[in-house]
Amino acid sequence: MTLLSVRSLDVQHGQLKAIRGLDLDVEAGQVLAVIGANGAGKSTLLRALAGSNLPTAGSIVFNGTDITRVPAHRRVAGGIALVPEGRKLFRSLTVEENLLTGTYRRRPGPWSVEKIYELFPWMPDRRRQNAAQLSGGEQQSVAIGRALVSNPALILVDELSLGLAPVIVRRIYEVLPTIVAEGTTALIVEQDVAQAMRVADHVHCLLEGRSVLEGHPRDLTAQQVERAYFGIDETPAAGE
Amino acid sequence: MDWLNAVVQGLLLGGLYALFATGLSLMFGVMRVVNLAHGDLAVVASFLAVAIISGTGLPLWFVLCVTTPLFALLGYLTQRVLLQRSLSAGPMSTLVVTFGLSIVIQNVLLEVFSADTRTLDGGSFATGSFEISGQLSIPYLSLATFVLAVVVLVAIQLFLSRTGLGRMLRASSDDPDTATLVGADSRHVYGIATAIAFATVALAGVMMAMRSSFDPATGPSRLLFAFEAVVIGGLGSLWGTLLGGMVLGLTQSIGAQIDPALTILGGHLVFLVVLAFRPQGLLPGRTA
Amino acid sequence: MTISETLTSSARAAVTVRRSARSSRLSGGLLLLAALVLAVLPFVVFASITDSLVNLFILIALASMWNLMAGFGGLVSVGQQAYLGIGAYSVLVFAEQGVQAYVAIPLAALTAAVFAVPTSWLAFRLRGDYFAIGTWVIAEVYRLVTARVDSLGGASGKSLTTLSGIDPVVRGALTYWVALALALMSVLVCYLILRSRLGLSLMAVRDEETAASAVGIDVPRAKRWVYLISAAGCGAAGGVLLVTSLSVNPDAVYSVQWSAYMIFIVVIGGVGYIEGPLLGAVIFFGLQQALADYGSWYLIVLGVIGVATAIWVPRGLWGLLAERTRISLFPIGYHLDRGVDDRAGRRE
Repeated sequence: MTLLSVRSLDVQHGQLKAIRGLDLDVEAGQVLAVIGANGAGKSTLLRALAGSNLPTAGSIVFNGTDITRVPAHRRVAGGIALVPEGRKLFRSLTVEENLLTGTYRRRPGPWSVEKIYELFPWMPDRRRQNAAQLSGGEQQSVAIGRALVSNPALILVDELSLGLAPVIVRRIYEVLPTIVAEGTTALIVEQDVAQAMRVADHVHCLLEGRSVLEGHPRDLTAQQVERAYFGIDETPAAGE
Repeated sequence: MDWLNAVVQGLLLGGLYALFATGLSLMFGVMRVVNLAHGDLAVVASFLAVAIISGTGLPLWFVLCVTTPLFALLGYLTQRVLLQRSLSAGPMSTLVVTFGLSIVIQNVLLEVFSADTRTLDGGSFATGSFEISGQLSIPYLSLATFVLAVVVLVAIQLFLSRTGLGRMLRASSDDPDTATLVGADSRHVYGIATAIAFATVALAGVMMAMRSSFDPATGPSRLLFAFEAVVIGGLGSLWGTLLGGMVLGLTQSIGAQIDPALTILGGHLVFLVVLAFRPQGLLPGRTA
Repeated sequence: MTISETLTSSARAAVTVRRSARSSRLSGGLLLLAALVLAVLPFVVFASITDSLVNLFILIALASMWNLMAGFGGLVSVGQQAYLGIGAYSVLVFAEQGVQAYVAIPLAALTAAVFAVPTSWLAFRLRGDYFAIGTWVIAEVYRLVTARVDSLGGASGKSLTTLSGIDPVVRGALTYWVALALALMSVLVCYLILRSRLGLSLMAVRDEETAASAVGIDVPRAKRWVYLISAAGCGAAGGVLLVTSLSVNPDAVYSVQWSAYMIFIVVIGGVGYIEGPLLGAVIFFGLQQALADYGSWYLIVLGVIGVATAIWVPRGLWGLLAERTRISLFPIGYHLDRGVDDRAGRRE
């Protein structure tokens, strides 16, 4: 079943047209990874899906309803949650309060603050600490927890690995199968291509706001991905 | 000598200032709006109380029960209709809009009620006091106002820390963009913040009407008191605001003891001293 | 020749950079003509007209100074009445010391600027909207302190008596010319500042403060200069206010109403345009005259128009006009012309 369907989407990022005529489908229960170089439009895509950048053209259909013009806060109630780039925890709130903000528009489902504490066992001990005092990896976990407690049908994760040590990133990605097993579909944006290929069921590679390559990770060759990622033309350049 | 009385009076007055300043602080914290009509709204509440009580003879508690929710509603509407639009029109816009509101309120009050000075007659409650000792007597009104202020501040604090909507107010204050991504409807959240601010202004305005005389042009000086309490106490902290209010009340009360003309100037000077030597305030909350 | 040099030189040949569009050269002439007409007015019309024009000129000066701070320096103040008061009282004090009152007006401007130095040190600790209300507190402090100085007449104020020797008609005309000079000077000063290095820094700061400081603009210094200049302008306006009304009292001269006038004139006219305060002052003046018989209603109307403009026309009426017609009486930006123009090209 198709959970999310994006058709000929155009999105502005400031003056720049960051997404141009993008088509994309996310099947329920899968992990879709969007890869691409800096400035390919990955974050803008996620912000458009979450509702904080409204598209200039095209449509976004989620669960059979057109949500192209629906404001961000109502998309949360509808079942879309974003883990924003740079974590963006509320700095003056405690860890637990940050998680609780996610329950403001909670839908029925398996996730609760207690369940998040089970997923990240270090968290209960530090729940009264200010979010600003956590390390980057810990903040990322809280940000994922904050998104999960709303029980989204679709979780959008923006640049999870940004600024984190690879070992931390791997540890956080270990929870992804649990999340999907509980019935949440995941759309992740990742700069670390190898990481994305490891966890994803389906990959889209963006280049200058367009999807230039898609498929199952195992069907794509490293060379194909490299060309799509850097935008190298099919015709070999002189001297190659 | 009345020094002890002046100190106690000043501290109790501080409670009223804190109650009044909370709204200013809350609106700035959540929306980054400094409401320049804050003082004038309190004057509206004062006039409303005088009009209701002298017109119908209804008791004070009833007036408080009517004006407070009325102002809350007014606040919500003001935010949704006026301030929300100005928030999107640029940073200077909210300041101009609230200043315009202030000028309009003052002059409408002037046209409706004339420039006469008034006070609200609170009856024996407003003038009575109980004696602790020969030197110290505490007026009922001051004590009741202080208790009311502390109760309201505690209630707001509980709302902000214990309820989902309260948390959303604080989350919006930290990062409005991310708050909408976790489900906060910023317009509603802002409306609630303004409603709380207006409600506390109504309470403070009615209590102020019994304490001191007022006229349509009193608003700006009341606004400055609230502003000073917030800055002296430290931005973004309710208890800081209470402390700031008490410092301000104490200064004014002691200033008045030295020379009545020093009442207001004393408060301003303490504000300037804090600004010069401790610009973050006495009890700073988060860095705003 | 490197590639970049080739490119720049060919670009230079194709495009000329000028500061004035043709419309503004024409308008420059018109402005000069208007100033001349205004200057000879005392010889041709009744004193009642020139007397009320004095108020208009004071408003133009105040509004221009406020616009310089808010529109170009990003400093929104609600406390400029402090310098109006300091200016008025300075002229009073200088006159009592034997300085001719008209001559004392530039000295009043200087005095206001001197007072502005320590004031800015305090006020600049507050940011944004808090700066606005902080300046207001400071103005109140000046009012309360002035009211306590007995030699300045205390709370009831004092009259300027040294001009009583001059024939009222001559005095009226002199005051008119001084007020006209004040208005012209304040507009000219804004124009010159904005064309200077300081002006470029200011506009950079206004557009993006962090980036401006990153490219080496001393942001606090630029803002402080604007604040001091604006204080001087308001001080001079206060001096003119005294020589036209011949008396001063703290409650009136330090009234926040002056800030209301400045803010709404500029907002209605157009923030960030030199023309804005001129247009706004004329509108305000008209409103004041038209509603003169209805008490404080003109302030209510002014407030409502101000609020409506701030919400729906944030660039003001001149902004609306300039967007549609690209008119600029005071060219401070740069214009690009395509095509070769030797005369202008050599200036590069």
